Amino acid sequence: MENLELQKIANEVRKGIITSVHSAKAGHPGGSLSAADIFTYLYFEEMKVDPKNPHMDERDRFVLSKGHTAPGLYAALALKGYFPVEDLVTLRKLGSYLQGHPDMKLVPGVDMSSGSLGQGVSTAVGMALGAKLMGKDFRVYTLLGDGEIQEGQVWEAAMLAGHRHLDNLVFIVDNNGLQIDGRVEDVCSPYPIDKKFEAFNFHAINVDGHDYDEIRKAFQEARATKGIPTVIIAHTIKGKGVSFMENEASWHGVAPNDEQYEAAMAELERIGEGL
Amino acid sequence: MSGKNPSEVRKVATREGYGSMLVELGAKYPNMVVLDADLAAATKTGMFGKVYPERHINCGIAEANMVGVAAGLASMGMIPFISSFAMFVAGRAYEQVRNSIGYPHLNVKIGASHAGITVGEDGATHQCNEDIALMRTIPGMVVMCPADEVEAKAAVKAAIEYEGPVYMRFGRAACPVINDRPDYRFEMGKGTIVREGSDVTLIATGICVGGALEAAEKLAEEGISAEVINICTIKPLDEELVIASAKKTGRVVTAEEHSIIGGLGSAVCDTLCKNYPVPVHKIGVEDRYGISASAAVLVEKFGLDGAGIYKSVKEFVERTEEK
Repeated sequence: MENLELQKIANEVRKGIITSVHSAKAGHPGGSLSAADIFTYLYFEEMKVDPKNPHMDERDRFVLSKGHTAPGLYAALALKGYFPVEDLVTLRKLGSYLQGHPDMKLVPGVDMSSGSLGQGVSTAVGMALGAKLMGKDFRVYTLLGDGEIQEGQVWEAAMLAGHRHLDNLVFIVDNNGLQIDGRVEDVCSPYPIDKKFEAFNFHAINVDGHDYDEIRKAFQEARATKGIPTVIIAHTIKGKGVSFMENEASWHGVAPNDEQYEAAMAELERIGEGL
Repeated sequence: MSGKNPSEVRKVATREGYGSMLVELGAKYPNMVVLDADLAAATKTGMFGKVYPERHINCGIAEANMVGVAAGLASMGMIPFISSFAMFVAGRAYEQVRNSIGYPHLNVKIGASHAGITVGEDGATHQCNEDIALMRTIPGMVVMCPADEVEAKAAVKAAIEYEGPVYMRFGRAACPVINDRPDYRFEMGKGTIVREGSDVTLIATGICVGGALEAAEKLAEEGISAEVINICTIKPLDEELVIASAKKTGRVVTAEEHSIIGGLGSAVCDTLCKNYPVPVHKIGVEDRYGISASAAVLVEKFGLDGAGIYKSVKEFVERTEEK
């Protein structure tokens, strides 16, 4: 798929995020918007998946370890055709299958329930290990937050992944630099992220997480890397695409009000028209 | 046990039954994998590892990750058994068990060894008296605590035949084998009357079943007829059996190598409060930590052996007679 196509889809993903979080009056727009290009690349370019057959045995797996950015995942899944885009407005509402954090039992296309930080990565390691044990050649992807990697369990998981040479596994760190309480380096610095993963026997790649040439190259490099898992550190902008949300930690877990919703959607419309 | 000279009774730790049944099941279930966290010798999963090294995954000393890895494996149709000491898999990794296994209701079997005070000399930090309480609160989690090696093997077999998360509690110390008889049958979710009686019901789990039988023997000598029920499956509890026996005897004593808060005693009280309230006395570890000593010394000190259970039941019966 051409970069332009991916950019157009990502812009629709961002609209889905704003629409669903506004409708829910709660949710996490900042980290969903920063990861929108990653979600788009994974579902529309990288992964072998079939929305008509979400449980296909040989499908690639994705675990959203930073589960609070479910609005981004849901929007990408809806646009891919797993469920109607119209359902996004039911996010977080009583009776909706679109729970605040992803539920594998309810949402078509969700391979693992997640939300408690640090836990998704371990399940992704289990899937990659299982593929090796069963002689299957599918690949496993998991998306983490840069705040999330403060969780010790992430490093337990990384240690086992490196030890077991899981080259069918890709960690992606959405390095938008902000967590709820502020800048990650002020709260409890996870840096240097690449060196840490390299010490855990990963191949580490730094990319601009909004540049599809760089994203494409990184995922290709991950496929070509044998004998060790890969981590892609995606340098992103929290709130990307909605100017008043960009680089503002306060937009981590707050929904836009009606006025802000209108402004955000208008801005995304303009971006879309410009593509 | 009655009729047998105590010295003739075979003594084996329930964790041995776990290890040997894993090996047996490995042949029948090619999709079964066994995970450990650097305690394979102690939890007895090493027995499986010797026969099926490629299906034995040592996760290192990282229980939280092991739980998640098992969830990932189960999501692909494999059947993981994960093991560590009860303190670490039910305690340390509680939230991982709840959110990564319990919430998606994944088919993971947890074999927790070294539960309770019979860990012995290692002392309080390793003596988990809270695991039944913790695991019982997770929706959809089956909780089993076998009374001996025979029941341990039966419980492990039942666990793999069941689709869904199961927590199994095993002990470190050798304990008498009381179920080694041809007519022994095991069914998950069903308790067993191991001795009939009419004056008081003793409901016991794990190593306390043997103690309860001993106590019943002594009580009989004094004209107190105690019914003894072995509850291996604490969740879901065999409510029908518990209620029927309470109706028959009018008073209940529970006995477990676990805190009196949240374990078998609490499960029995939950059921009786709702359905047929009768006086209940809970024998277990009071609201306190364990201490270092040999398993045998601790069982006696905490009043969980035959003599201790006898004493508590006798007092309870006398107390309730006065009313």
